[in-house]
Formats: sequence, structure tokens, C-alpha cells
Amino acid sequence: MDRRSFLAVSAALAASGCGRTAKSPAPPPGTLTHTGHELGHRLRDGGLPPAGETLKRKVVIVGAGMSGLSAAWRLQRAGFTDFELLELESSAGGNSRWGQNAVSAFPLGAHYIPLPTPEARAARHLLADIGVLHGNPDAKSPKYEERALVQAPQERLYRNGQWVDNLNPTEGISAEDRDEWQRFAARMRAFQAARGRDGRRAFAIPLAHSSRDPEFVNLDRITMAAWLEAEAFTSEAVHWLVNYATRDDYGCDYRSVSAWAGIHYFACRDSAFSQEGDHDAVLTWPAGNGHVVRKLLERGRFTVRPRALVFRIEPRAKDVALGVFLADEARSVTVVADEVIWAAPFAFAARALAGESDLAAALKARDYAPWITANLTLSEPPYAHHGAPLAWDNVIHDSASLGYVVATHQGVATLPGPTVLTWYFPLAAIAPREGRRKLMNLRREAWVETALRDIEKPHPEIRAITREVDVFANGHAMVVPRPGLIWGPEQARVQAWNAARGTRLHFAHADASGLSLFEEANDRGVAAAEAVLAKLGVKSDTLRYRRA
Amino acid sequence: MSTPADQLPPAAESSPTHQQEVTLRNPPLPSGEVLTRALLASVFVIAACGLVYELIAAAASTYLLGDSVTQFSLVIGVYLASMGIGSYLSQYVTDKIVTRFVDIELLIALVGGFSAAIMFFTFAYAGPGFRVVLYLLVVLVGIFVGLEIPLVMRILKERLGFKDLVAQVLSFDYIGALGVSIAFPLFLAPRLGLIRTAFLFGFMNAAIALWAVWLFRDRLKNAFAMGVKCVVVLAMLAAGFIWSDELTRMSEDQLYSDQIVHAESSRAQRIVITRWRDDLRLHLNGNLQFSSMDEYRYHEALVHPVLATLPGARRVLVLGGGDGMAVREILKYPQVESVTLVDLDPAMTKLFSSAEQLRKLNADALNSPKVKVENADAFVWLEQSREFFDFVVIDFPDPSNHSLGKLYTTAFYSLLKRRMAEGGMAVIQSTSPLYARKSFWCVVTTLEESGFNPTPYHTLVPSFGEWGFIAITKKDGPREYSPPAAYTVPTRFMDAKLHPALFTFPKDMERVPTVVNRLNNQALVQYFEGEWRRGGS
Repeated sequence: MDRRSFLAVSAALAASGCGRTAKSPAPPPGTLTHTGHELGHRLRDGGLPPAGETLKRKVVIVGAGMSGLSAAWRLQRAGFTDFELLELESSAGGNSRWGQNAVSAFPLGAHYIPLPTPEARAARHLLADIGVLHGNPDAKSPKYEERALVQAPQERLYRNGQWVDNLNPTEGISAEDRDEWQRFAARMRAFQAARGRDGRRAFAIPLAHSSRDPEFVNLDRITMAAWLEAEAFTSEAVHWLVNYATRDDYGCDYRSVSAWAGIHYFACRDSAFSQEGDHDAVLTWPAGNGHVVRKLLERGRFTVRPRALVFRIEPRAKDVALGVFLADEARSVTVVADEVIWAAPFAFAARALAGESDLAAALKARDYAPWITANLTLSEPPYAHHGAPLAWDNVIHDSASLGYVVATHQGVATLPGPTVLTWYFPLAAIAPREGRRKLMNLRREAWVETALRDIEKPHPEIRAITREVDVFANGHAMVVPRPGLIWGPEQARVQAWNAARGTRLHFAHADASGLSLFEEANDRGVAAAEAVLAKLGVKSDTLRYRRA
Repeated sequence: MSTPADQLPPAAESSPTHQQEVTLRNPPLPSGEVLTRALLASVFVIAACGLVYELIAAAASTYLLGDSVTQFSLVIGVYLASMGIGSYLSQYVTDKIVTRFVDIELLIALVGGFSAAIMFFTFAYAGPGFRVVLYLLVVLVGIFVGLEIPLVMRILKERLGFKDLVAQVLSFDYIGALGVSIAFPLFLAPRLGLIRTAFLFGFMNAAIALWAVWLFRDRLKNAFAMGVKCVVVLAMLAAGFIWSDELTRMSEDQLYSDQIVHAESSRAQRIVITRWRDDLRLHLNGNLQFSSMDEYRYHEALVHPVLATLPGARRVLVLGGGDGMAVREILKYPQVESVTLVDLDPAMTKLFSSAEQLRKLNADALNSPKVKVENADAFVWLEQSREFFDFVVIDFPDPSNHSLGKLYTTAFYSLLKRRMAEGGMAVIQSTSPLYARKSFWCVVTTLEESGFNPTPYHTLVPSFGEWGFIAITKKDGPREYSPPAAYTVPTRFMDAKLHPALFTFPKDMERVPTVVNRLNNQALVQYFEGEWRRGGS
């Protein structure tokens, strides 16, 4: 065995977690961060101190991700500020958290927002409030801040040793495959325009505005892969694109995602409401959606109580009692609130919920896709060899990863300089539980090696220019839209709970939709906040979409 | 040059031709010793000449093609093989040995003497045909030189025994080779140059031929005609020698149209300054930025049509234009109190504020106390600046890539608008409305979208071609642009007489509809790429 193949084998061993004596060259320095690592385990293992002090609050929002922050924004916008915002992690943002180093800010998760559709009305108003949308948010095609729109070139795909400047793996495919590609595109366009017998769009975002017509809702019963098979889509190009889409938006393989969710990716937005040149435009920032979080925190001037673990939820007749472990103070308190907005993953609520066992079961009936993101700080941008120039989103065709985005892409400097690449790796090929075990067990070096070997394919020089790799492991990154979740009985049970008269515990979060998307999180947070405002008697026109 | 011993004619071989000449004419021969020495001396010269053509061919191909090991090996190999062919062919020279010798000397003189000149010209004008010509020359000269020594030996055979013949001819051959191989790198190539060296040695070959005619004049039937032939060849080579400077220049002009006087690679770009006679030219990343022959046309057209209308312009901003030429024009206006020059590349502003010839060209503008030089990225600088300017000159490179394309977007122009004082104006160099028509009008459209009233104009800058500029005022500002009635500062080109042509766009440059250039579409880069690729510049 020569040195080269020895290194390759030992690197593979390290990557699979079995390498103990592997003598590969030292990986670049950096950090490994896990979400909910320590506190989440305390919830499962017990051993938290009993609650001492009892605190009274008007409103408590649990979870400072996009949904909880949207709820806080909505409450404040109505002039209501008497609320407490609790967060399990040490910083706010949830999936929209971000990092920052000397070179650039960079995302740890969600990194863009597609231009919101008219149905995502609350999202448009939120963007207007933070200066991203100019003019009237209710205009058909509002004007967006140019600096927030993703700069050209937007995306490219590395396939057959070449970068091509879009994500269509259609170069050099057979005539039949090309025809099938066209047929698939036509089907998706038809779904985009389709309306159910109830007059609603078949696939809307937020999905609550979608048609309930069984013709479409029944698509939620099978997997996306099964739908492709039923529709006789067999070409590699179509299958690749669809699987890329479900891995990208849901962190899951298309064989485990509902066909309704899979089609929703392609059909929920249409370009009619975007301005000239803005079709498939998205909004993005160096920090990814962390920019929105930062702006909301700055604007709101509300504080988030970090490292606060809710271990008990007790809905009562006149209030809700929460058992909260405050990790920074190493004590537990009871918080008695008039209204509680639950804006954290529902599975966590299921464990803490006292009584209400059928609701707990409904909350529990969902799983989460684990993700890795690795931020590679580079001394210079990757070289521009083989085809299309460096874009914002750079996808590698034959890879389990989703490729990388470039944090400095939205900059305006003329000279290329150091940059940060965010590499996205959903553990979509294995079951979520197995993925989470991998997340817990593997060392940073193994993830670094996996990332470098992936990016090395298009960029052989990557090791030489990588200065630092910060790995972020998120065990419960995105709810899995498995068949039967979105339009099934569990979601219906939670909606019914939310809609019941007198409820004081409001379930927000994208889990209420079953798709982990910005518009869903925002709409659910705003909906919960508006329900709270109504109960508290605060007058305010809704910011959510109402059908004309 | 050595001649392999096994190629020598066999000692016992009779030489009927020679015998014939001798017997037929039966002339009184020059006294034995003198003739022998003279012939051996000619071997020395012949050997030197033979080697020199080989060295010239190898050196010229190295100079023109690079890769010295390959060029030298190939040239030497081909040359030696050709000499072998020549030696082999010598057996077919059966009569009139002296006449044949003289003819061959003259052929060597002509082909070898002109070889370097021919090589440089074919490289300059025929390009890919160069290799064919190079090896054709090497083969021809090699064959002739290969013929030469056997013939000399056959002439000398009757005077020397075989042992002496081989010893003396070969030693003179080797000494001649040694002499020229020392002189070539030390004196000939550096002092005379390849073209002139070739002519010099050609001349020597022809002189040997003439000398041979003189020595054997009595044995030769047509000595006079042969002598005339030699003199004609000598005259041609002398002429070549005398005018070799001209020839060198003619070929090198074609090769490197200009002489590089400065070249450096900064972090931002490759800066090259060339000079041809009085013309200094600046190239950035291989793109011509100005020619000193006509840069005044460009910079006067860039600055004066707007600044001449702004008697109150005190604060001026120049973005790009690190060569200081635009600043030179701006400083002609006494009302200007300060000029801020923002150029990305410190190497550029340093060069143009320190090199003597360049300072002369920009009238030392960058060292003026009114001028503040900032080395920063213009977009980033504009974003951070809180100053206001009465006049802004935007002189960026053409939008040939996405990085540069950002400097022509609505995002950039809306920042620019914020830095322009009430009633302020700006002017933007915006590529050629003739060669890149859509690109030019795309900039106009983008400026309109960004809240400006643009006034496009154009003029001819011979080294660039037809060039375009856009003067802008703020849409919501207090003034509209109208051209100045007269130019009060000294100019070489700008004149109010030009205005009708300046502001009129003929049919082939008329406005075409385009989209707006934004950060998220970079439409201008796509127009520009398409247009200049098609235009083939």
C-alpha cells in the first residue's frame, strides 16, 4: 500500500468513525457545536432541580427561532410588550442561527428566503419592517432591497467534471430523457397553476392556504418516489432533481417524503408576482437568515432568555404553568402565564406535556432530519476551473451533500479575497435516529474530512486554502414531511387544539405545517400571536393573508 | 565544425575531375606552400561559418519559440544529419571541383548569410510556417557545409599525404569551430545580433569563394564570370549587414509592436506600460487603458463637457482613473478646491505619482496638494463615505466580469446619488456605443432607473475607437445638463464646435432597448461579453 492510498483509506476510516490510529495530515482547526446537546439530554434523563420560585407572566413564547421571533414581532407591532421569550440554546435564531469570524458572517442553517407569495403576507410585512421590502407589502410584486436579492450568478451544478450555470443535470442526456424532463416540468407548471374545487391554489405557501380538494391532498398518502414511479418518470435527471429538492428543503430522501410535500417544492411559488428579472430570485445575506433574526432582535429590543429548558407544561383553566430550568442560574422556576406560545419542535412539547395524552401523542408523531453544516474559512476563493464561474449556490451532482454557498457572494468588493463556504450535508440516506447517533458519536475531524473530500471533487486545491472548519451538528433540524403528516390526523388534532375556544397554549412553529420553511414558521408564529392578541383584547388588523 | 572521419572520401579514390582540370589546362599553380596554407586558412573560416549558422538557427529558434534544450538539440541534430547527407552527396561531384566549391561557398554565403533575417521575418509574418522555414534553412546549410569540407580535402589531396590531410584539415576545422563558439555568445550574439552576425559570416564565405577564384584563376575556364558572381553575392551580403538594424526593427516591430518599459503584477492586476517611439501605453490585464498619442481626447471628453458647466464645483471625486489623467484635466479649473481619487490599486497610483515620464504625462497631478489619493474599493468606499461632491468622474474598466459589472448596477448608482451634492453632476465612461451598443445603452437605462437624467455623448479616440460617456444630473435635482457655450481652460481637443457631433448618435449607435443592470441579473456583463466576443477585439 503506498502512502497515498493509505491516507485515503485512513481518512475513510476516520470518516466512518472507526479510525483510531489513522495518521492523516492534521485537519484545519475549528469548532464542533451541537444543538441542544447538554440540556436536551437533561430533559430526557431527568435529574433537574425542583422548581422553587413562581413567576407570573402575561405571555410566554417558548422558542426564539423564526416562529417565536415572528410571534414576538407581531405582539410588539400591536403594541403589546409584556412577554417573556425563552430559548433552549445559548443564542436566538433556531435554524436561522449564524456565525461570524474575521472574514465574514456565515449561516449555520437556513440561508435564504424565496420572494414571498401574496399568501405569505405576514412574511412580506416582516421584511418591510426590517427594510428588505420597499413600498407596499401588499402590492402584487413589491420592490425588494437590491442588496438583499441574490446577486448573479446565482447557482451552478458540478456534473461530469464541469460546472454548468443552473441546477439542471440535462447536458448530454438522451432524447427520451429530455422529453421526460420536459414532461416533468410541464406537470409541475400544471400543479403551480392548479386550483382545487374549493377555489384555492392546489399548493400554496403557507400551506394552510392550499386547497383541501382530495385530488391534491391525497398525494400526501404516498411518497414522492412512489408518485414518480406511478407517473412513469424513470430518468436519472428527473430523479436526481427531485431528490435534490427534498434533501434541500426537507433534509430527507424522496423515498421518505410525501408526494404532496415533494410537489409543493416545485409548485408553491409562481413568478408572476416578482419584478422584472426577479423570477426565481431569493433574498440572502452573508449570515443567511440570521440577518432577519439580528434585525428582529435589534428592532424589537426584547430580550431572549437563553439556556432555558421547559420541562413541564400544564394547561390549566385560567392559565398555563411551565416548569423551566434556567441553566445559567442552575435552578428551576415555575412560570405561570396567561397565554403560552409554543414555538419549539412539537416533539419536545410532547415530553413535557402534563395530561392531554392524545394531544401529546399527536405532537409526538413526527420525526426530525439531522443535518451537518460545515463552515470552511478560506484564504482565497476556490479557483474558477472547468466551466461556469463561482456562484452563490454551488451544487455537486454526485454527492450526498447539497454543495456549498458562498458567504461573501453578496459583497460588493471588486477584488476576490478570503471567504467562507457553508457546506450543507443532510443525513438523508439513513434513518433520522441513526443519523443523530452519528452526530453524537463522530468527532469534528471526521466531518471535516467528509466535507473536504466532497468539495475536493470540483476543487482539488481546497485543503491548501482551508484555514478553519467550524462544524455545526443539528440533530433535530427539520420536521420530516413523511406521508400522512401534513394532511393527516395528528396535524388535525393540533389545529383543533389551537382553534378550540379558551385554549391558552398555542402551538406555533413550522411543525404545525409539517414543512420546515421560513414562510410556515412565520405564518404559524403570527397566527399564534394574533390569537393571543384577540384573547387579551388588543385590537389589531390581521397581517395574515385573507382570501378576497 | 568537425567532419566525421568516416565520411571522408577514400584516400585511394582517384579524382578524375581534378585531374581533368589539371591536365586540360595544365596551368602554373601558385607556389605549393602558399596555396596549401591559404586553403587550410579557408578551412578555418569555413568551419567557423558552418558552426555559426547552426548556432544562429538554434539561438533564433530558442529566442522565438523558447525551450532552449529542445531547440538546440533539434537544430544540432538536424544540422549534423544534413551535413552527413552533404558529405555523402559529395561523391557525386565528379568534375570541376573548384568551380563546384566556389558555387557551394556562394550558396552557403547566401542561404547562411540571410538565414537569420529570413527566420525573423517568417516568424513575424508567417507565424506557424516558421518551423518549416527554420528546418529547411538548417537542412540546406547543413547539406552545403557537409559538401564543403570533402571538396576542400579533394582539392588539397594532391598537395598533402592522406595522414597530413586528415590531421591538418580536421584540426583547422576544430579550431575554427572553437573560435566561433567562443566568439558567438561573448561578442557576436550580444554585440552584432543574430541577423548581422549571419550576414558577416555569409560575407566571409563569399570572400573565401572569391579568394578561391583568385587562387585558381588560371585553372578556371570562366574565372571572370565567377569572380563577378562572387562580387554580386558579397555586395548583397554587405548591404544586408549595413541595413540589418532596419531589418531587425522591421521584424521586431511586427513581433512586439511596442517595447515594454514597465511591468508589474499588483494584487489587483497586471500593469504593463509600453512605449513605441513617443507613444506610451498603459495596459491593465492586457487591456489598453490609454495611448499617450490620443489619451487627451479621451480625458478631455470625459471631464470638460460637464465640468465646464460647473463654475461652483469645489469638491470633485474621481473613481478609478489611478493614472491621474482625468485629475490633470480637473485641476485646470481654478474653482476646484479638492480632488479625491479613489483607485483600488496602490501600485497604480504609486507608479503614476513617482515615475518621471508618467508624471510628465499627467502633469504631476497626483502630487498636487489639492489631490487626496485613497486606495480602496470604490463600491465599499462610496458606501462608507459621508462626504458630498459637486462633480464625480467614474472611470472604471469596462464591465468584462461580474466583479466589475457590480460597479455599473442600480445598487452602485443609488449609492452614488447619495454622495452627490445638490446640483452636482457626474460623468461615466461607458464603453463603446459602436462596438458594444447594447452595453452602452444598458448603462443609460440603468442610470435612468437609478433616478438620474442621463445625457449620453461620444467621440472618437483613435486607439480605442468610437467611445461613449454619460453625463448625469439627479432627476429630482435643481438642474438639467446643457453643454457649455465655450471651454475656458486650455484644451487640445474639446471645443464647442464638436458639440453637434458629440451629442448626436448616428444610426449605427442609436439607442436600443435594454434591461436594467442590477446586482441580481448582471445583465450588462452578458451584453458586454456577447458584443465584444462578436466584435472580436
